[in-house]
Amino acid sequence: MKEELPSLGKAIRRLDKSVVERFWYKIKKFLLGKQGNDGLVLKLVVYALLISIGFVYLYPFLFMTSQSFKSLQDLLDPTVQWLPKSLYFDNYQKAWEVLDFPKAFAASLLNSVLPAIAQTISCAFVGYGFARFNFPGKNLMFVFILFTFIIPVQVVMIPLFLLFKEYGMLGSPLPFIIPAIFAGGIKSALFILIYTQFFRTIPKSLEESAQLDGAGALAIFFRIIMPISVPAIVVVFLFSLVWHWNETYTASLYLGESMRTLPVMLQTFDIAFKQAFSSSQGASQTVNINESIKLAGTVLIILPLLTLYLFAQKWFVEVVDKTGITGE
Amino acid sequence: MLRRMFRRNREMMTGYMFVLPWILGFLLFMAYPIYFSLNMSFNKVIISSNGIKKDFIRWNNFKYAFLSDPKYVEELLMFIKSVVFMIPIVIVFSLLVALLINQPIRFKGFFRAIFFLPVVITSGQVVKELFAQGAASVPIVERYGIIDYLQNNLDPSWSEPIISIIQQLIVILWYSGVQILIFLAGLQKVNSQIYEAASIDGASPWEIFWKITLPSIKPFILVNIIYTVVDLFTNSLNNVIDLIKVNMFQIDTGFGYATALAWIYFMVIFTILLVVVLVFGRNDDYNPRKAGR
Repeated sequence: MKEELPSLGKAIRRLDKSVVERFWYKIKKFLLGKQGNDGLVLKLVVYALLISIGFVYLYPFLFMTSQSFKSLQDLLDPTVQWLPKSLYFDNYQKAWEVLDFPKAFAASLLNSVLPAIAQTISCAFVGYGFARFNFPGKNLMFVFILFTFIIPVQVVMIPLFLLFKEYGMLGSPLPFIIPAIFAGGIKSALFILIYTQFFRTIPKSLEESAQLDGAGALAIFFRIIMPISVPAIVVVFLFSLVWHWNETYTASLYLGESMRTLPVMLQTFDIAFKQAFSSSQGASQTVNINESIKLAGTVLIILPLLTLYLFAQKWFVEVVDKTGITGE
Repeated sequence: MLRRMFRRNREMMTGYMFVLPWILGFLLFMAYPIYFSLNMSFNKVIISSNGIKKDFIRWNNFKYAFLSDPKYVEELLMFIKSVVFMIPIVIVFSLLVALLINQPIRFKGFFRAIFFLPVVITSGQVVKELFAQGAASVPIVERYGIIDYLQNNLDPSWSEPIISIIQQLIVILWYSGVQILIFLAGLQKVNSQIYEAASIDGASPWEIFWKITLPSIKPFILVNIIYTVVDLFTNSLNNVIDLIKVNMFQIDTGFGYATALAWIYFMVIFTILLVVVLVFGRNDDYNPRKAGR
């Protein structure tokens, strides 16, 4: 009897311990998870981090949008931080006028859609050549392509400027379209690489069977390869479009005064503002430029791209998956 | 035998046919301009209504850039320093976000879309505008006097780039969109069985990250560093590129000098890329400390 008591106590204690331990394990499993990545705590941390980083990421856009709706009073009032007292659309109206929006929008469209189409087709053509055929000098050419990727525009900009000037192409979209036709121009090295990687994933048997049916290389490319390469084509077209749209540096150089894209207009916003408002309205009603108006202009410039992104977001984001650009 | 040769020949010709547009484009819009601008960088170029007048002055443009130009070397060094800081920030940040998104969470697509958004809509001019209006810095950072602290405790040649980075932090993070996607693709290619095996053997998530995840995405780190270097150097958001443009239209310096500056700039990019490839590309034996940086 005497000997059993302590052992019973021990048993109870042991039972207690194992129950506690099991309970503790359950909580731990619930909070931290079995694999280390499916627990509640970790999930909360992940969401919290993602949401806060996401907020920091979007902060400039939120700031810009809120700021652009502020009237002058709201802008000067330190108590008004995020939500303006009333939506003030005047800023947008002024920015619209200053940017000469319809005209600049048309110029932007012209200078991005046409080169993008040319680049999409020509880079596909060249990428197919690199992906499918062997010929002497191929590796050297690939080195040159990588070289064009890292060389800054500034190196070749001046000779190109003189070249385009000589042929009277300045002030038209031609300085962007012509190189694009020859698989050159903005970031074309990247596009050629995207296509090359993508075409390599297409099984060769498709082309071989077409070849047996007597189809030539061109026919195979346009009738078989292009139709099944829609993902890569869409990706390249979208990126080409966006990068051409955003191009400011060479756009202002090649297009000059005669044609101004939206980003170029933003560059000269201050001057344009003075011209638009001080001359026409005179001394009776002086309108001074303020941050809100400028940011309204910036919003207007981003808006077309934002709309595009909203609809084509899936394509943009899946660029790596769809085209296997990361190599292998 | 003959037939096979014929076929190979034909394949070659078709290959050339497909690549021909690029060859022409390269010669016309790359090779010739490169030759021309190399040539110009050794000349004093004066463009008048009569045409281009060139004066061969050997290395004088380069000498002037390094020895006499009041701004160029200073701006260049400043930019290189800030890039040296920006690269690790971008790489670590994009890896972090990629790891987060790669977790089994909801709204994956939504978060991915947010982080890729800046790649699509930020042109150099828009970003400049946001800087000018003070929309690009994290407001919390300034409140805690970090900048004052740095200003007081560091040599100005180092504190200046760091401060400029803090002030542009959001925009630097914005340059991570593509890198996040590349890391995500890399993470998804890691065999999930390895993770299971490791956790059965009792490896903690921390150990798994350092011993499995990081080594297997090492090639993607290299790709991302290269992409980041090229992206940072070729976007028009830096003073060096502005300086080149300013010099282009100045009468006393002109096109010749501007191209010399551009070539120096290119050599810097090239050297940095070379160093990156040598450091990260060569050693196959894995060193976690190095890759983590």
